[in-house]
Amino acid sequence: MTASAPVRGIPRSRVVEDVRAILAEIVDPEIPAISIVDLGIVRAVTIVDRTLEVEILPTFIGCPALDLIRATVSERLEPLRTDPATDVDEVRVTISYAEPWTAARISERGRDALTASGFAPPDGGPRLVEVGRPVACPYCGSRRTVVENAFGPARCRSINYCTECCQPFEQFKEG
Amino acid sequence: MTTRASRAGGTGAGLPPGLEPATAELLLALADDDFVLGFADSEWTGIAPHLEEDVAMSSLAQDELGHASAYYALLASLTDGDPDRIAYDRPAEAFRHARLVDHGRGDWARTMTRRWLYDTANAVRLEALAGSTWRPLGELVVKVRREEAYHLLHGAAWLERLARIEGEPRRRVIEALELVGPDAPSVLAPLPIEALLLDTGIQPVPGAELLERWAARITPVLEGLDLALPEPHPAALDPARARSGHGPAFSALWTEFESVRGLDREATW
Repeated sequence: MTASAPVRGIPRSRVVEDVRAILAEIVDPEIPAISIVDLGIVRAVTIVDRTLEVEILPTFIGCPALDLIRATVSERLEPLRTDPATDVDEVRVTISYAEPWTAARISERGRDALTASGFAPPDGGPRLVEVGRPVACPYCGSRRTVVENAFGPARCRSINYCTECCQPFEQFKEG
Repeated sequence: MTTRASRAGGTGAGLPPGLEPATAELLLALADDDFVLGFADSEWTGIAPHLEEDVAMSSLAQDELGHASAYYALLASLTDGDPDRIAYDRPAEAFRHARLVDHGRGDWARTMTRRWLYDTANAVRLEALAGSTWRPLGELVVKVRREEAYHLLHGAAWLERLARIEGEPRRRVIEALELVGPDAPSVLAPLPIEALLLDTGIQPVPGAELLERWAARITPVLEGLDLALPEPHPAALDPARARSGHGPAFSALWTEFESVRGLDREATW
């Protein structure tokens, strides 16, 4: 994570830890129940020379929340940049395609947060487009559910219906 | 939208010397195809046949614009340019989209027929480009393909649904195929600078081979629906003409999508 030793002040590994703690407090703008770290879109935090880079993996390329997420990350890391003890004088938030975001990147805590907000998390089985087993209803847990529309109110969400408890719900779908 | 410029993060590096212009042409073709189709399809927002489809079409259009934006960012990293300027500050004749996407959206059957033709051709093209020797392009394409899987299912379901209903739906699909079908190969027609891209593996598979793969994939589907793709328009296979000489439908679309930007080109969004 760290490329060179600090000249003075806080050790680099501590700065990276601090950055990760700050990122863990930043929520997804469309689903504020989950942080961007639990959603698994933070790929890497690195410090090279005096530049701190945060790499973000988009869930979907055309996600309109990306610019907002980048701006929020920059803004929250600003105090760290201006603190001389961190020895960081530039913060870069980059969008990366070095690996595709997948549902497997969502943390256990993130999955619980999605379910508690009425979203079925991706279930780690076949992707929606590969017509796997039906997703579990976030309200009653039944798998007697159907996909009503692969395209929901946001690019990362599909619309589903539970035939057991007669409740429509959304799934956070696999990118 | 000034932040977009840094999205690519200096990924222009890693190209063999002198290959920037040829790679830029490839990126422009990929980007303009998605950008123009995305704008044309977004015209359905609010007026699609039913609400679910309204949401679906808007999502598809949003994907295409997202993909275009990522390709433009990669292109901007080669030329030290600004992706928004590439997208919005070019005259209509400088666009390099394929003849297939130059047609207006037309009716629902034409939009769905064109989408299916485009998505199937694009899938063949992206499958090959995922193996590009230029990593930033290969990596982006891997991600794009995951999203395009949804498009392929959507288009195939609609083509089949419309073509199997005798009467007006089928008649309209046949009319659409006659109108846009001859231009469909333009998506995969070799680019004028293809040889350079093939030598270096930036584009791993030649256009002629892509066209064969595409035909092998779509012919059985069309035959199963008792349909056939008309003979290609000569310009659709001509590297010099497959992506130029745009028609009035594109002029109208260009005037529309450029109009807000044109109000104040220096505005920051």
